[in-house]
Amino acid sequence: MLRRTFLGLLGAAGASVALPMSAKAGGKKFGPHPDTQGVLFDATRCIGCRQCEAACNEVNELPAPDKKFDDLSVLDTERRTDEKTYTIVNKYQTETGPVFRKSQCNHCLEPACASACFVKAFKKEPNGAVSYDASVCVGCRYCMVACPFSIPAYEYGEPLTPRVMKCTMCAPRLAEGKLPGCVERCPKEALTFGPRDELIKIARARINAFPGKYVDHVYGEHEMGGTSWMYISGQPFSEIGLREDLGTASAPELTAGALASVPIVVGLWPVLLGGIYAVSKRKDKIANDERVMAVKDALSKAADQAEKKLHEELSKAETASQRRIEVEVKKAVEEALSAKDEDAEKSEEEA
Amino acid sequence: MSAETVAAEKKSLFTPFNIIAGIILIAGLVVTVMRFTGGLGAVTNLDQNNPWGIWIGFDLLCGVALAAGGYTTSAACYVFGLKKYHSAVRPAILTAFLGYALVVFALHYDVGRPWRLPYPIFVQQGTTSLLFEVGLCVFLYLTVLFIEFTPAMFEWLGMKKIRNVVVKLTLALTIMGVVLSTLHQSSLGALFTIAPSKLHPLWYSQYLPVFFFVSSICAGLSMVIFEGTLSHKPMHHLMDEEYLDNHDGLILGFGKAASLVLFGYFSIKVIGLAYDNNWHYLTTGYGAWFLVEMLGFVALPSFLYAIGVRDRSIPVIKWAAALTVLGIVVNRFNISLVAFNYQLPSAQRYFPSWGEITISLFVVTIGVLVFRFVSTRMPIFYEHPDYKGEH
Repeated sequence: MLRRTFLGLLGAAGASVALPMSAKAGGKKFGPHPDTQGVLFDATRCIGCRQCEAACNEVNELPAPDKKFDDLSVLDTERRTDEKTYTIVNKYQTETGPVFRKSQCNHCLEPACASACFVKAFKKEPNGAVSYDASVCVGCRYCMVACPFSIPAYEYGEPLTPRVMKCTMCAPRLAEGKLPGCVERCPKEALTFGPRDELIKIARARINAFPGKYVDHVYGEHEMGGTSWMYISGQPFSEIGLREDLGTASAPELTAGALASVPIVVGLWPVLLGGIYAVSKRKDKIANDERVMAVKDALSKAADQAEKKLHEELSKAETASQRRIEVEVKKAVEEALSAKDEDAEKSEEEA
Repeated sequence: MSAETVAAEKKSLFTPFNIIAGIILIAGLVVTVMRFTGGLGAVTNLDQNNPWGIWIGFDLLCGVALAAGGYTTSAACYVFGLKKYHSAVRPAILTAFLGYALVVFALHYDVGRPWRLPYPIFVQQGTTSLLFEVGLCVFLYLTVLFIEFTPAMFEWLGMKKIRNVVVKLTLALTIMGVVLSTLHQSSLGALFTIAPSKLHPLWYSQYLPVFFFVSSICAGLSMVIFEGTLSHKPMHHLMDEEYLDNHDGLILGFGKAASLVLFGYFSIKVIGLAYDNNWHYLTTGYGAWFLVEMLGFVALPSFLYAIGVRDRSIPVIKWAAALTVLGIVVNRFNISLVAFNYQLPSAQRYFPSWGEITISLFVVTIGVLVFRFVSTRMPIFYEHPDYKGEH
């Protein structure tokens, strides 16, 4: 009973791994949610004033920065988002002079972080934001490994309650009908908030209206399966710190193959190994049977021989005893005859 | 108690091994306090770009790969019917169980909120994550390994009835072990398939799960030889005749298998290289290092194993095993640390801190001490007199 229950439990566990994964790993494509919103960043408009950083800091109640937001000297060194800053602006030297580019979570349509998280702490919301739930986060940081844009940051200084920190697309403000903090504050309208498909149209319209001014590409339309936050630029994207070698496959597509093999292994291996076991067991059995047969054979042969030998010995013994009897009889007869002769001689003498 | 025995006991306690182990344990405890009062930042060189360091690269990836001796040995003995390897099963199962237990123990340092480690299984399942697969399999396999280990414990404790029940489960447990090992050994490699932009093309492949699984077999076979060699001297007095008689045969058999599997691994790595058409990277600096890994730590040990088996030379096979074990560590380090984040400027690359190295040593030391404690008390290297020739 113990064995059955145990196997049953394990089987159920195996199936529970297999079922939800196979459904997700079917390689099906999902279009973005119809309400998905996003932001378009136009690098030709950004002047690197860091007002977006200041607004982000205020609305998200983040700790005060080391240097004030009106100190533009920080732009001289390249920075990345961290646990105290959800967004940063970097300055890139290009042929036509400095270009500024804002960086924050791109809120992917099929986020690598959400795909990688083993407690579903990340979730793509219908409004486009990728949300994070610290109440289940274990702190494994696989989201940080997975993110192709290297955005999520971790509270390394927190001993017991560290969180993963990243831009929330100001989801609480969106719920109130407000714009994200950075978009609202930008003095140059470098940031445009709206439905994602509308943003793509706006981006295309700008590129078409000023063909010499823009690179003919909307960064984020297809990169890593598409992002809610998109970029247009006058300079090649790789020159403003955006990788152009990410490809268009989304994170779930990248891992679909590995996940799809799970149910196959769970289903196939026990059969295969059971088969190998049966074969090796059968081999043993055959070898054993053959051994037993050989022993039996040898035994019966030996018995036959022994019997034959016994028979021979017996017949030999019989002839021998026969002869001995004959000899004895002969002897007896001779003795009897000689006794008779003696008697005759005696009676003759007496007579 | 005479003065002599007191002196002997004192001497036996303060051996060089014990002194070094003691120092490591104390240092480990100090770093432990620092970790859980100051956070990961206080003891590690991890940062926003390098979220995983040697606690994942060594403690988890190498730990799991090197504990593969458990499933390879028990499969060889119970599934493939190679009964002559029977005496190696218990040491291998014990090593594997301790290995996995220590992997889980080491994870408590690395993850931010260790008491939530059961969350992915019991609270909210992120089934799209390969890490979920790793977690679930490691959890189940640790349970299986514990059950597989218990007969030795029950024999030691004299609990006959329950011991006999568990022994009857052997085949089912072995098959479960192979299934779970296949899954999590491969999914450790698959973890990195999500980040093609961060892992150098020479190490990134859609076949990473297959590479990890096949190399774990090499690791398992080599670890059994390597670990047998290490425990041979200090544990010799505990080993029964069956173990000692079969020892050389086992080394030859496992050496032969390891030679073949390493050759197969080399082949599929070349196929992976050809499939992604990454030949041109071989002339770069990373390419040179890749060749060192492939030729020095895969092709060479495969060749050495073959020579050792042909000449029936146990020392050559033992060297090949040591080289393979080192090669597995090199490979797992390459994927998780050296070739990971290769696109970053060198100033932003990761190098482990003393705190991290201390904890890794701490974990290994605990493993060795527990192994010594268990194998000197329970029937691991010998058959319990009450159950001779039974299993």
